[in-house]
Amino acid sequence: MNAVSPSRAGWALVLPLVAFIVIAFLAPIATMLLRSVHDPEIADLMPRTRQTLARWDGIGVPQMATEAVTADLREASATNQIGRLAQRLNRERNGLRVLIDVTARHLEREPDTKLSRIDPGWSDPALWQILARVTSPWTGQHLLNALDLTVTPDGAMVRQEEARRLYVDLFLRTAWVAALVTLICALLGYPYAYAYAMAAAGPSLRALLLFLVLLPFWTSLLVRATAWIVLLQRRGVINEGLLAAGLIGETGRLDLIYNMTGTIIVMVHVLLPFFVLPLYSVMAGLPTSYVRASASLGAHPVRTFARVYLPLTYPGVAAGGLLVFILSLGYYVTPALVGGRTGQLISNQIAFHMQRSLNWGLAAALGTLLLLAVLLLALTLPRLAERGGLRA
Amino acid sequence: MVIACPKVSSAALLCLMITYGPACAADALTIASFGGQYTASQKKSQYEPFTASTGVTIKSVDYNGGLAELTAQVRSGTVSWDVVDVELQDLDRGCADGLFEKIDPAQLPAGSDGVPAIKDFVTGSLHECGVGTVIWSNVLAFSDPAFPDAKPSRIEDFFDLERFPGRRGLPKRPHAILEWALMADGVAPSEVYGVLATPEGLDRAFAKLDTIKYHAVFWETGAQMIQLLADGEVALSAAYNGRVQSAISDDAKPLKIIWDRQIWNADYYAVVAGTQAKNTAFDFVRFATGTVPLAEQTKYIAYGPARRSSQPLIAPAIAATLPTAPANFNNALAFDAAWWTAHGDAINERYAAWLVQ
Repeated sequence: MNAVSPSRAGWALVLPLVAFIVIAFLAPIATMLLRSVHDPEIADLMPRTRQTLARWDGIGVPQMATEAVTADLREASATNQIGRLAQRLNRERNGLRVLIDVTARHLEREPDTKLSRIDPGWSDPALWQILARVTSPWTGQHLLNALDLTVTPDGAMVRQEEARRLYVDLFLRTAWVAALVTLICALLGYPYAYAYAMAAAGPSLRALLLFLVLLPFWTSLLVRATAWIVLLQRRGVINEGLLAAGLIGETGRLDLIYNMTGTIIVMVHVLLPFFVLPLYSVMAGLPTSYVRASASLGAHPVRTFARVYLPLTYPGVAAGGLLVFILSLGYYVTPALVGGRTGQLISNQIAFHMQRSLNWGLAAALGTLLLLAVLLLALTLPRLAERGGLRA
Repeated sequence: MVIACPKVSSAALLCLMITYGPACAADALTIASFGGQYTASQKKSQYEPFTASTGVTIKSVDYNGGLAELTAQVRSGTVSWDVVDVELQDLDRGCADGLFEKIDPAQLPAGSDGVPAIKDFVTGSLHECGVGTVIWSNVLAFSDPAFPDAKPSRIEDFFDLERFPGRRGLPKRPHAILEWALMADGVAPSEVYGVLATPEGLDRAFAKLDTIKYHAVFWETGAQMIQLLADGEVALSAAYNGRVQSAISDDAKPLKIIWDRQIWNADYYAVVAGTQAKNTAFDFVRFATGTVPLAEQTKYIAYGPARRSSQPLIAPAIAATLPTAPANFNNALAFDAAWWTAHGDAINERYAAWLVQ
């Protein structure tokens, strides 16, 4: 297609696309980025407390703020928001849900009771430091939590207690799985794409190869996962086959699914086309004259392949590899279905905090870190590849 | 009516103009429940009879418990579910958060024997935001062929990999699991929640779970759980009694239920705050929690009815499979939803972390 200078009508034509990208893509991402550092929930529910504590010096129990807290709690009860406030505060310190519920119920009966007489918890200076911190709408807490770090009431940054440390490990596990899946896709996909490109002579073979690589695209993700369950489970086709062939005993059935192995097998299957297709398009565009030239100059076929053909296909390998790697980083449905305990990836935790714990701030922070990692890779890897001589 | 009823008022007007039907908002209800056999039992005993008697069509949506989706709908003002089937811990929380409409128990119909609703419903099954439907139970279930000799029969056996080898099925949420871990470790049922509330007690429960962690397969939904058991993928699993019973009686799967120290819970119908079809939703709740529909439901899933007046209508063969049958209920423990509301956040998070660590 020839390049046409964009006229006004031309712009009007792309407007729907631009609007779609902004609404469906940029706006949600911006919201997520914002949410990871901006959490006004408590500030909105406790406006008076927020104002008063903003002026507090941070020492002891601020008597001036108790009235503000009383008023805020009464209002939250009246507007049915007390459960939401209690839940949100409980996330900052376990036990605050009960404190808030008890206090609010007491205030409904006797609106003028002093907080410290309702529950001794209100005399704890650490509680007020937490309140001062969380009533500020801007917070780095979620990002810290996403890195297994936390802030003590006196402001020091420390690692999470051991039972709650998991995100750093999960990020590393996710990166490792993504790398492994990419490597396996490359090992399986390269010969496949090569065969496909070389099969130019036989149109029926070529159609078959294309059909096989596209077939997964036409099948629902859920159906594919279920099919793999049937194949891989302990009483599945593969185990029964091995058993019948006498290769394994009844007690030696292989654990191929509901663990990391299952996640990797199914992810490779799902992602293989994303490696094969870009690589094929590069291979198909290569002039055969280079290979012939190398052969006519006396190079052994292996040498021709290693020195001429392979380097020429590097751009396809890089494109396919990057695509597979980045898609793997965000994989969610497959690990959830076949990953069991050990095959869970970081996206499953993001889903957990979105759907179960309702900790959207933390989910956003995890998502932000994942997005940063992907952007970093997408920006640096192609350049590195270029500098490293991986060019056509 | 062909056109799905939009929930926005201006669109509702349009909808009226197009269909010429009266009160468009009330021609359809969307009800969210737990899917699989359970929703099927609700369809046959409640949704279909309601549609037959009122003409209101019911759209059934599956969810997996929890308040996330509901919270998102209510806070964004785009409520698309009218009625939800919720467990007590979610009902308690959602009620405090203002996610549900209040329900006046005086508005509920009396039992078919004339006893007023307030006395007819079993203790605890009427809530200010919901009406109880079924008593269901967390039990252990096993695949019979997996244990050719001695059969597991006690909670302790779940944690005894030596006498009862085989993989264990565990849910991805900690409810009932932690209670069983402590009981298997020697804590009396009456003391379970007290011990679990202490940090040492919680550590003790997790330490007990550690003993089976590497032999466990984790499931998310009741349907997955049944699949794992039926495929022989796990030998012994935490389970919901009704789904196991359906697999046994409808699909002839070789599964067995262990009733020892079952932990029973209840499900409720609640009306979502801000629904456009509030009156129809209340009509549905009143209808579905009547004596006959609740008794009918036991034909399709082995969960006990929340109304006392439904009991006499249940065939003896079915009654014996319910969690509330005297033989099964022996040493049952009531699931303490209030305790879970107070402690659940931290424990859910710890369990999720324990799972992937």
